[in-house]
Amino acid sequence: MDKKRKSRFLSNGYLILVLVFIYLPILYVVFFSFNEGKSLTHFTGFSLRWYQNMFEDRTMLECIYYTVLVAVIATVVSTVVGTIAAIGLSKARPLVRTAALEINNLPVMNPDIVTAIGLMLLFISAKVQLSLVTLILAHITFCIPYVILTVMPKLRQLDDNVAEAALDLGATPWQALTKVILPQIYPAILSGALIAFSMSFDDFVISFFTAGVGINNISMYVYSMKRYNPSVNALSTLIVVVVTLILIMVNLIPHIRDKKLNKGDIVR
Amino acid sequence: MKSFFRMSYPYLLWMAIFIVAPMVMILLYAFTRSGNSMLTFQFTLEHFANFFTDPTFMRVLWTSLRIAFLTTVFCILIGYPAALFIANLPERRQTMMVLLLTLPMWINMLLKTYAWRGILMNFDLESEIKVFIGMVYDFLPYMIIQIHTSIAKMDRELLTAAQDLGANRWKSFTKVTLPLSVPGIISGITLVFLPAVSSFVIPKLLGGGDYVLIGNLIEIYFLTAGDWNFGSAISLIMAVIIIVSMWATKKLDRSAQED
Repeated sequence: MDKKRKSRFLSNGYLILVLVFIYLPILYVVFFSFNEGKSLTHFTGFSLRWYQNMFEDRTMLECIYYTVLVAVIATVVSTVVGTIAAIGLSKARPLVRTAALEINNLPVMNPDIVTAIGLMLLFISAKVQLSLVTLILAHITFCIPYVILTVMPKLRQLDDNVAEAALDLGATPWQALTKVILPQIYPAILSGALIAFSMSFDDFVISFFTAGVGINNISMYVYSMKRYNPSVNALSTLIVVVVTLILIMVNLIPHIRDKKLNKGDIVR
Repeated sequence: MKSFFRMSYPYLLWMAIFIVAPMVMILLYAFTRSGNSMLTFQFTLEHFANFFTDPTFMRVLWTSLRIAFLTTVFCILIGYPAALFIANLPERRQTMMVLLLTLPMWINMLLKTYAWRGILMNFDLESEIKVFIGMVYDFLPYMIIQIHTSIAKMDRELLTAAQDLGANRWKSFTKVTLPLSVPGIISGITLVFLPAVSSFVIPKLLGGGDYVLIGNLIEIYFLTAGDWNFGSAISLIMAVIIIVSMWATKKLDRSAQED
C-alpha cells in the first residue's frame, strides 16, 4: 500500500513538473504584462500601462483587426465550402474520393513553408499582386482541408438509407440535405470551424509569404518587431484569457446539456 | 444520391488551382534556370548539384536533421511517462489533464516563443540549446496527447491478465503497454519530427541570426536573395526528406506490429 502511494506521489509530481514547463512562458507573459518597467527580467512594480499602450498603438490594433478579419472570413468560407465538398465527396466513387482526399491532405501534410512558397509563386506568376485578398485566399486554402478532415468521418458514419428514404418520400435534395444530413453532422461542422479559426488566427508562415505589403497579422507583427514591445505581453494575456474562456465554454456546454438531458430522463 | 457528388465540383476546382498548381510551380522552378519566361523553359539539375556539393548547405541540412531528431527523442522521453501517468488517473482528472495540455496549443506559437526569449535571456546558453528548448516546448503536448490516446484505448483487462499470469509490473509494461502504444508514438513522431525539420520561426527568434536551419535557408532565398529557383529546389529537397522519413516511420510501425 505504501509503495503504491509513493508511486502515485511520484507520478503526480512528474505531471505537475510537465504542466509547469508547458505553462511557464504563459505565466511569464501574464506576470510581466503587469510590470511597470520595460524589462522582461525585472519586475519593478504593478501597472496597467502596457494594456493602455496596446489600445493606443495603431499598428498593433491594425494587426489585431487583420488577424480577426482574415480568421472570420476564412472560417466562414472554409466551413461552408468544406462541408459542401465533404458531403459531395462522401457520395463520390471510392476511387475519386480517395484521390480527392489525398490532394486535400497535401496542405496538412506539407510543411507550412512549402504550402506558403507554392501559393506565393502561384500568385506572382499569375500576376496577382500580393494583398489582403491573396492572404485570405491562402487562409481559405489551408483551412478547408481541416474542415473536410473533421466532417468526413462523421458523414461516413451516417446511414445512407435515411437520406435515401427522405428522397423516396418526396423530399427534394435540398430538403434531404438541410433536414436530414446537416442536423446529423452539425457538431462535426462546429468543431471543424473551431479548428479552422484557430489555424487561421495563429498562422504565421503562410501569411508571411502571401500577404501584401503593409498587411500584418499578430504573428507577423511579433516576428518583425525590431525592439521588444511589452504591449505584446498585454496582448498575449488577453488572448490567453479569451482562449481559456472559449475552451471552457466548448467543453462545458455539451456537459451541461448532457446533465440536463439526464435529469429529464430521471423525471420521466 | 449521385447528384450530391456535384456538390464537390467547386472544391475540386479550388484544389486544382490552389493546391495542385502551386506544387507544379515549385517543381517547375526547381528544375529550371532563372530568368525563364513562361514559354522558354530551360531544364536543369544545377540547383540540386549546387546544394549537395556546397559544404555550407550540407551543414545546414545536417543541423536541421540533428535538432529535429533530438527534439523528437526528448519529446518521447519526457512525453511517454507523462502520457502513461495521465492514463492511470481517474477518468475525470484524465479529461482535465488532456484539456490542460491542449489549452496552450491554441495560443499563438509566435507569442509563446517570444515569451521563451524573455525567459532564456536570464540564462547564458548556446543558441542551439535555446532553439532546442523552444522546439521541445512547442511539440511536447502533441507527443503526449498522441501517446495518451493510444494507451487510453488499450484494453485494461490485458494488464490484469498479464499480472494474473505472473508478469511483474515492468514485464507487463514492456510486453503489453509499450507494444500497444507504438502507433501513438509513431503518430507523435510524425507530428513532431516533420514540423521540426521545416521550422524557421523558432531558430530565428531563439537562435538569433547565426543559427540557420533549412527553413531559414528557404526564407532567405525567397525573400532576401530573390532566387526562387534555388529556393524551390531547397523546398523540394526538404519535402522529399519528409516524405522518405514518413514512409520509413510507417514501415517501422508495420514491422513493429508484426512482431
